[in-house]
Amino acid sequence: MAERIRWIRWQRTRAIAAKDLRVELRGRVLLNQVIPFSVLVLVLFGFAVDDDGIAQRVAPGLIWMATLFSLLVMVQRTFAVEAADGALDSLRVAGVDPTVIFWGKAMALAVQLAVLEIVLFAAAIILFAPTLRVSGVALLTATWIVSTAGLALVGTLYGGLTAGIQGRETLLPLLVFPVVAPVLIGATRAVESGLGTTGAAVSEGWPWIGLLTVFGAAFAAGGTLAFGPLIDD
Amino acid sequence: MANAPAGGITPTHDTGTRVTQVFGTLAALGVAWLCAFGLLFSPADRDQRESVRIMYVHVPSAWVAYLAFGVTAVASALYLLRSSHSLTWDRLAGASAEIGVLFMGVTLVTGMLWGRLSWGVFWTWDARLTLTAFLFVTFLGYLAVRRLGGTQHQRAKRSAVLAMLGVLEIPLVHFSVRLWRSLHQDATVARIDGDPDLDGLMLFSLFVGLIAFTLLYVWLVIHRQRALVLEDALDDHGLDAALVERRAEAALQGGGR
Repeated sequence: MAERIRWIRWQRTRAIAAKDLRVELRGRVLLNQVIPFSVLVLVLFGFAVDDDGIAQRVAPGLIWMATLFSLLVMVQRTFAVEAADGALDSLRVAGVDPTVIFWGKAMALAVQLAVLEIVLFAAAIILFAPTLRVSGVALLTATWIVSTAGLALVGTLYGGLTAGIQGRETLLPLLVFPVVAPVLIGATRAVESGLGTTGAAVSEGWPWIGLLTVFGAAFAAGGTLAFGPLIDD
Repeated sequence: MANAPAGGITPTHDTGTRVTQVFGTLAALGVAWLCAFGLLFSPADRDQRESVRIMYVHVPSAWVAYLAFGVTAVASALYLLRSSHSLTWDRLAGASAEIGVLFMGVTLVTGMLWGRLSWGVFWTWDARLTLTAFLFVTFLGYLAVRRLGGTQHQRAKRSAVLAMLGVLEIPLVHFSVRLWRSLHQDATVARIDGDPDLDGLMLFSLFVGLIAFTLLYVWLVIHRQRALVLEDALDDHGLDAALVERRAEAALQGGGR
């Protein structure tokens, strides 16, 4: 019986994630607006830094800064879809558990973030010319997975907190940025080690994966517990 | 009806009582005592000279700020966990967070001034400094969330969850900054406030500061908490008054028809 309930919850989580991704596929907001915006941020960073050596050195940080800016846009988008026409309330009335909504939306957000990060990474390689090394690929992949999960979980949690409130556009960055600072620090250092831009060895990057994993686990637990009370007004 | 008391509180009621008078007097005496010890009786430091006196404000405000955020976290947890979901805990959390932000601001400003004088820089990316700055910003966000509107219980639940998440953030930020610093920068700044061989009179002055500021905190929190009770009562009262007005209007229209 418990097995069956778990299966139903998983199906619903997937259904919500699929719904969000379908909305994206039909609206193409990520593709047409968010990705160009994030690449533009990288280009503007390039103007601001204006030194090839420094730009190459700080490229990992720039990738993650651009990711964070885009995260805000994406979180606002994913909850604007829910707030319009009271979709979130309808989901609740339909008997969908808040935890299921949380995980479903976080999964969809993670998929979109993952795509965005790949594009940003490629753009940074092209614009700032750090070189890839084979030994760093595993570290880069691990960073990509755990950072994306952490950011998606935090984004969904705080997005739920500010969903449907007047003035949330300005409040969300104030709430989210202090919280995701560990991801910015950890992911930047890990990518630096993966690419060797600051002369760091690949092995120096792995402790950061540990930190990012703890971060993701903390907000997975926090979101599972807190998302219900937050949207259940 | 418009002048009737709401929630048992008359509009002329202020937030002072015998308890706040006692705490207020003690806090005033404590601060005066601190001024006397901090500015007159305690000696200037051998290395830092007169600038060491900033410590008598800096350390107590840091202590009060952390105490205040601790109280906010505990009160938020109590609001969420107790089945009564009493708004008293929520108002205590809110009042304490306001005072905490105030004192954390004082801590940051005095810390920067002191840092400039003794290290030559306003800011350094030390783990404790960074965490303090992050807590300041986090609780600014917390206060903004409290002002979002909605019902009082919506506000209470939302802000209590946020305070709990803020607590979750503390070890993560602290650990990440420490790991970052330990990997990338060998020398961290020598901690001055951890100096064990403080002069006896200096240590005593610091102790006076801690007591004076704690009393000040208690006094301010009681007042703010009561002011929040009045604000909530005004809120309810405003709603009641609006309902009465609306009903009277409707009755008038109904009568005229």
